[in-house]
Amino acid sequence: MCSLCSFFKSTIGRKILMALTGLVLVLFVMGHMLGNLQIFLGAEVINAYAYKLHHLLPAAALWGIRIFLLGSIAVHIWAAVTLTLDNRKARPDRYDDDKMVQASYSSRTMRMSGIILLAFIVFHIAHFTARNVPGMQYEEAGVIEPTMVPLVKHGEVVVKNGHPVDTFNVNDMMVDGFQVWWVSVFYIVATGLLCMHLTHGVSSMFQSVGLRNALWRKRLDRVALVYGWVVFLGFAVIPLSALTGILKKDPTGGLPVAAAEITETLHK
Amino acid sequence: MEKTMNLTIRVWRQKNRLDVGKFAEYKLANISEDSSFLEMLDILSEQLVADGHEPVAFDHDCREGICGMCSMTINGIPHGPESGTTACQLHMRHFHDGQTITIEPWRAKPFPVIKDLVVDRTPLDKIIQAGGFITARAGSAVDANAMPIAKGIADYAMDAAACIGCGACVAACPNASAMLFTGAKVAHMNSLPQGKAEKDRRTLAMVTTMDGEGFGGCTNIGECEAACPKSIPLDMIAHLNRDYAVAQMKNFFKPVA
Ligand code: HEM
Ligand code: SF4
Ligand code: FES
Repeated sequence: MCSLCSFFKSTIGRKILMALTGLVLVLFVMGHMLGNLQIFLGAEVINAYAYKLHHLLPAAALWGIRIFLLGSIAVHIWAAVTLTLDNRKARPDRYDDDKMVQASYSSRTMRMSGIILLAFIVFHIAHFTARNVPGMQYEEAGVIEPTMVPLVKHGEVVVKNGHPVDTFNVNDMMVDGFQVWWVSVFYIVATGLLCMHLTHGVSSMFQSVGLRNALWRKRLDRVALVYGWVVFLGFAVIPLSALTGILKKDPTGGLPVAAAEITETLHK
Repeated sequence: MEKTMNLTIRVWRQKNRLDVGKFAEYKLANISEDSSFLEMLDILSEQLVADGHEPVAFDHDCREGICGMCSMTINGIPHGPESGTTACQLHMRHFHDGQTITIEPWRAKPFPVIKDLVVDRTPLDKIIQAGGFITARAGSAVDANAMPIAKGIADYAMDAAACIGCGACVAACPNASAMLFTGAKVAHMNSLPQGKAEKDRRTLAMVTTMDGEGFGGCTNIGECEAACPKSIPLDMIAHLNRDYAVAQMKNFFKPVA
């Protein structure tokens, strides 16, 4: 058998792949959370951040990153599914008196939390990236207001070649999107499951690549617990704030009123 | 005066590999709290024979916690409720009067039940045959000081070598994974100078055999460590993962073995 084939076929090899793709996702999730939290710094900050994400790199590089992330999820799920099937086959019978001595709840429910996370990721991409969840289409007239606003930097409109630069009003999209209560609830529940997935996963991935011992297991378990909760709170606070009105829409995209009038004229 | 107890024993009865098997319930009276768990089973068997029934078949040999034969799951936990204790070293004082004790064989696809509580653990031997040795002729034992080994490494290898191959780790694992057993063997042999030379070949061969015998994968939940009568730590599984990753990396560029 070719060496790479034997690696992909083995239980340990697949678990190593799960850990490496898990690490990619763990780091992405932290970056994504920190990026999103900028919504609390004002509409112009989150809008400028979203503009940067889309324009800093050439389109090909952006798609490269997207494919890398989606590929990581695909490998993660492939390993999870094939290993789960192998594991079921290896242990067809349960004990009559089936109990666990010490295994944590989150460690025993990785498949459940993972499957719901997958459903969430699909919904989330349709919701905010493709923006085509029925009833929540953004540029579609009458449903939710068109949301292009001027790009603002340091309180001033960014002008390129004599024209103000337009950008998507991510602030309003988020605030609007989370007014639908069940959407917000789904986001909060999903990030709660992500928290559970991570309280086991962030420590477990070190074990899978062989970089853990009894002492570091204790430490990493604590790191994972904190990481999971930070991620949960950091994500959940946004739908919660939008629902309770702490976060508000800003159709000017964060412009002071006077500057907003100037752009009106510039646009004409 | 020694204390005695009356017990209800629910034990798995299965005639042979093909039989489906089921639980049977027996009453036992006046069991001394000083008797061992296996002595209690001996008393049960004598009572069964006296009543004209078949005794309960179970594996045992040394009865002093070193051979690894006494495989049985007691109230859902391989080797019973006491940590770091084999079934043969477990005493009845850890149970109480009137208790119902459920006894089952190891449950794992690679360990088919032969009879009652006796399972076939040949797959563990196959893993050893794949790499649990050194190829060089060892001859008779050399003087202990002929080959200097740092104390820390010697202690670590000794801790790994404490594995008695009982299979409780497989039995405790919801995936029937043999990673703790294989990890202990690999960590033991790969860390000593005699075994180091064949480290990569050994690791790959043992893992391939482990997977081929139908054991599941590790999900890092740690039930094996909790059930292991020799308290082999999860560190050994990390060691196996590490050595496997390194071996595969080397194997990618230039086949080991
Ligand atoms: C998309 C759906 C997902 C599924 C189906 C899934 C499933 C799983 C499963 C079954 C495991 C193995 C658990 C075990 O062996 O006990 C696992 C581990 C892990 N997952 Fe996920 N997961 C998903 C998404 C995610 C996401 C979004 C992240 C990070 C943000 C993530 C991070 C991790 C980490 C770090 C591990 C630990 C790897 C290891 O144990 O070596 N997973 N996942
Ligand atoms: S690791 Fe522990 S439980 Fe597993 S076979 Fe060795 S002694 Fe038994
Ligand atoms: S009979 Fe030898 S370890 Fe229990």
